[in-house]
Amino acid sequence: MAYGRGAAAVRAIDEVSLEIARGEFIAVVGPSGCGKSSLMRLISGLHPPLGGSLTVEGKPVAGPLKSVGMAFQNSNLLPWRNAIDNVLLPLEIVEPYRSDFSRQRYEEKARNLLHSVGLAGFTDKHPWELSGGMQQRASICRALIHEPEILLLDEPFGALDAFTREELWCALRDLQAARKVTVMLVTHDLREAVFLADTVYVMSSRPGRIVRRCAVPIARPRDLEVTYTQPFQDIVHELRGLIGKKAGG
Amino acid sequence: MDKREFAIKVVSPFAFVVGLFVTWEVVCKAFNVPLAILPAPSDVFAALWQYRKPIADNSWVTLWTTLAGFGIATAFGLALGIAVGWHRAIYSGIYPVLIGFNSVPKVAVVPVLILWFGLGEIPAIMTAFLISFFPIVVNVATGLATTEPELEDVLRALGASKLDIMRKVGIPRSLPYFFGSLKVAITLAFVGAVVSETVGSNKGIGKLMLDAQAAFQVPIVFAGLIVLAVLGILLYAATAAIEARFTGWAFRGQANR
Repeated sequence: MAYGRGAAAVRAIDEVSLEIARGEFIAVVGPSGCGKSSLMRLISGLHPPLGGSLTVEGKPVAGPLKSVGMAFQNSNLLPWRNAIDNVLLPLEIVEPYRSDFSRQRYEEKARNLLHSVGLAGFTDKHPWELSGGMQQRASICRALIHEPEILLLDEPFGALDAFTREELWCALRDLQAARKVTVMLVTHDLREAVFLADTVYVMSSRPGRIVRRCAVPIARPRDLEVTYTQPFQDIVHELRGLIGKKAGG
Repeated sequence: MDKREFAIKVVSPFAFVVGLFVTWEVVCKAFNVPLAILPAPSDVFAALWQYRKPIADNSWVTLWTTLAGFGIATAFGLALGIAVGWHRAIYSGIYPVLIGFNSVPKVAVVPVLILWFGLGEIPAIMTAFLISFFPIVVNVATGLATTEPELEDVLRALGASKLDIMRKVGIPRSLPYFFGSLKVAITLAFVGAVVSETVGSNKGIGKLMLDAQAAFQVPIVFAGLIVLAVLGILLYAATAAIEARFTGWAFRGQANR
């Protein structure tokens, strides 16, 4: 995959090969500009690959996939819709829901999903009436409502403060445990990656390559306390070493 | 509405208008301004009352031709705006023609319209339409062009078609622009209708004022101006109310202040 044209084109990702098993939670970490987000755009089908193959569930990816749910660094909720209607949006687009879509039919489903991430009292609020964390929760609900095979999260907690971020880790952990959805999380937060994922992939930059595949040996579901234990710290430390260019040596 | 709100939103504009008329009256009386130059408000309102029947009849004609022209301009402007915002090729193809067209003073077009459609309401409707659709097109196209690509990505990641993206994101996103342009367009449509009546017509406020001017009935001319001003305010307020009703999400900051 490359950005730009001709000689000036930047090769963003090169020879990346990774496999995700059904129900697995993987995280991709790397320095900024290493092509993490590009990789995600490839998998989601937002960008076509230049060469090589990309298969999801055995089928080559040609365009955006219907079996994918995506959440971004910004919640990107539509400001003219309230939380419920924002969550319902994918059902208005994706088959088979689209053909028989009616608000009444799916409102309960959306409401339950919002309840499960702790937004019980906020289902009828508009995005500007929600805090950043709440917006991001709603955004993740929107990515899940059409029951995708794989959930793609592109630094979904990057814009949040540390405490809210940890809260949302737990919300995501519980959501994934309950729904057994396959998750691919792109992040630059190593603690986040190690806390949430079964397997962490480390990428190098320009062109982006996978330099390490690291299975996290800590049993899941993990408690937030785990992040303060020695084994956890060791993994984070080891991954940090792979990313290179430590500030201040 | 609490007391302070009431003072700001109702008392203040009302007091200003009354003050304006009082000043006008005092100046006319103090300097003994001739009726044929500037009639005092008392003379104007007397004429307004005396000729209320023809004024009302002619105002009605102006009002409905304005609204008819504005209605056509809204539908046409919205459709063309979406077309222009749909694809860059349509944009670059149509835009120069649009700008050229908009640069032609509409007064110059009225004689042609009269030639085609004869004297009557149709030239007024057409002029109102021609003068007012441009801001609607430009605003709708701008709203579509400035839609955040991130919002579109949300839908694209779901495999949405271009039409879906337009319906779910593009159009709702440009509604504030659309309604904002309606406030400009309604005033322009009104100007267009009156201009057309003044150039050549057999009915309407413009025609009434023209006849009154020819007969040196200056108070009637001013009565016509006052009617135009009041109608203009009412039409503007109506579009502003519709705007607030449909695009409240875009004005949330003001509601909290």
